[in-house]
Amino acid sequence: MPPVVVSQTTMKQKTTHIGDKVFKTTTMMFALFVFALVFLMGYEMVRGSELSLKQFGWKFLTTSKWDPVAEEYGALPVIFGTLVSSLLALLIALPLSIGVAIFLSELAPRWLERPVSFLVELLAAIPSIVYGLWGIFVLVPWLRTSVEPFLIKNAGFLPIFKGVPYGFGMLAAGIILAIMVLPIISSISRDVLRAIPNSQREAAFALGATKWETTKIVLSDGKSGLLGATLLGLGRAVGETMAVTMVIGNRPEISYSLLDPGYSMASVIANEFAEATSSLYTSALIEIALILFVVTIILNVIARLIVWSITKKFKTT
Amino acid sequence: MKLKKIGMCLALVVVLFGTTLAQMKLNGAGATFPYVIYSKWFDVYSKQHGVEFNYQSIGSGGGIKQVTEGTVDFGASDAAMTEAQMTAVKDKQGSDILHIPTVMGAVVITYNLPAAGKDLKLTPNILAKIYLGQITKWNDDEITSINKGKSLPDQAILVAHRSDGSGTTNIFTDYLKKVSKTWAVNIGMGASVNWPVGLGGKGNEGVAGLVKQSEGAIGYVELAYAVKNGLSYALLQNKEGYFIEPTFESVSAAAAGAAKNMPEDLRVSITDASGKDSYPISGFTWLLIYKNMKDKSKAKEIANFLTWAMGEGQGYAKDLYYAPLPKEVVKMCQKKIASIVTE
Repeated sequence: MPPVVVSQTTMKQKTTHIGDKVFKTTTMMFALFVFALVFLMGYEMVRGSELSLKQFGWKFLTTSKWDPVAEEYGALPVIFGTLVSSLLALLIALPLSIGVAIFLSELAPRWLERPVSFLVELLAAIPSIVYGLWGIFVLVPWLRTSVEPFLIKNAGFLPIFKGVPYGFGMLAAGIILAIMVLPIISSISRDVLRAIPNSQREAAFALGATKWETTKIVLSDGKSGLLGATLLGLGRAVGETMAVTMVIGNRPEISYSLLDPGYSMASVIANEFAEATSSLYTSALIEIALILFVVTIILNVIARLIVWSITKKFKTT
Repeated sequence: MKLKKIGMCLALVVVLFGTTLAQMKLNGAGATFPYVIYSKWFDVYSKQHGVEFNYQSIGSGGGIKQVTEGTVDFGASDAAMTEAQMTAVKDKQGSDILHIPTVMGAVVITYNLPAAGKDLKLTPNILAKIYLGQITKWNDDEITSINKGKSLPDQAILVAHRSDGSGTTNIFTDYLKKVSKTWAVNIGMGASVNWPVGLGGKGNEGVAGLVKQSEGAIGYVELAYAVKNGLSYALLQNKEGYFIEPTFESVSAAAAGAAKNMPEDLRVSITDASGKDSYPISGFTWLLIYKNMKDKSKAKEIANFLTWAMGEGQGYAKDLYYAPLPKEVVKMCQKKIASIVTE
């Protein structure tokens, strides 16, 4: 009897073994497919920007003239615009998001935490163009009639608040981006803070710490995770197109004032690609896409590594 | 049972295939400006004659590209093709390309200045200077001297232009380079240019929105947008010295005025046209037709459609806010249509 039973079990193992192999290879193919897709996109962009790379070289990143008629292209204003609008967005969104994350993970009662989490994440689901329309019809008029004149009158001695209250401009773009990245930073931060084991908090309470002091300890434990969340938010802000295009003023110029119009990398591509007929023009736009692609990948890779490290650190203890 | 199912599926496939085959389908791509009237034409014509059209409004640049690649049966563009582009089509597709004007558009100068009311007068010189950033206030002497009856405020002029590449910008900059040497030398013309001053709005809607919302703003939009949005537009001085209101009549008059000197291939810019009724910033939009298509039955259908467009089609123009072609130009078009090789 025993030999028959053994052979039966080995037969069963053999048939499931092949199925397992197929399953493994198929899913591995899907994963590799995604990787190959990203690689292919990068390759095509490098190929497409060859003309521009040859013509302008590194000067492309340092000159400011964007002239489609004379065929001279310099990407500095759009790089500047993307960086400034994204950093401004982070400056506004970071305190708000960390605050929301702390509230949701430490302070909120159960019955409140779920609906608020849901609403915050809902902000991320709103399409970019809807934000753009809201920006044009609500935010910009408000900035033009209330906020910007106030800033000019009271803080106009600062170079960042000098200028004419257009409404459209870097400040509007920064505010809209801040609202768009807030859900990302706050939901990841909330998860990071939740990942910190309760033993930390209990230890702090046992030593007589107040709620605020405990929260500070938890925050310092999770600070690299919060940094990761911030970088992910920055990654989104850098690539955001429609909402920015509709309110930033679309002027390829570098200005130190937040009240002046600007331009971003994603906006220039969205605006000009369809009608860019000459090869050099198209190539210059593809080179800007390449710069944006590289920047976004780097930001996301760093962010992911940081977030993984923090959650791993606490899972092993 | 299985055989019956297969049989039914096959029959369905044959029927569907058959019906799609029976109807002639023509593919086109290009300009977004005339999309509204082309849609109307295609709809009416296909009901009358059974020919189906598929038009993708991907922009004039895209239209020219697709016509060069031969992926469409016809193209559409607000800007005439250059010699180099036409040679490229000849090389790649083995056929000359014909430009058939279909309707006309105009670029109007819209402004938001309640104190000025309607009918603000502008000269080409003033307009160019505003867009060059040389005139910066509404109560500048040059503006007030021709608008004696109006009290213009001491307010900064907020300039608005297109941020995206567009045929509207093409016509507008073409006009500016004709009337201002400074503009011609420093900026030039194109679907996108290096604007000296101003904010960019995306699309006609973007510019119109910018102007509507900001007091003291000035911008350029298609006539249709200005009419539909109830924007005030300026009276522009034409070549003969008259201040003309942009209407369908004055736009058609520009083409009639330019018709005397129009080249036979109809690839002409009619900005700053002569004629006392001509509106100075008018332009054609063209259909790009292969003279010698490989598929002669398609060529015949296209030729028939174009003839219809020159006749009954023009009747739909005004209701959709396009200026119809004047009869002088229609005659020239009919000659061009007759040259399409259909046998």
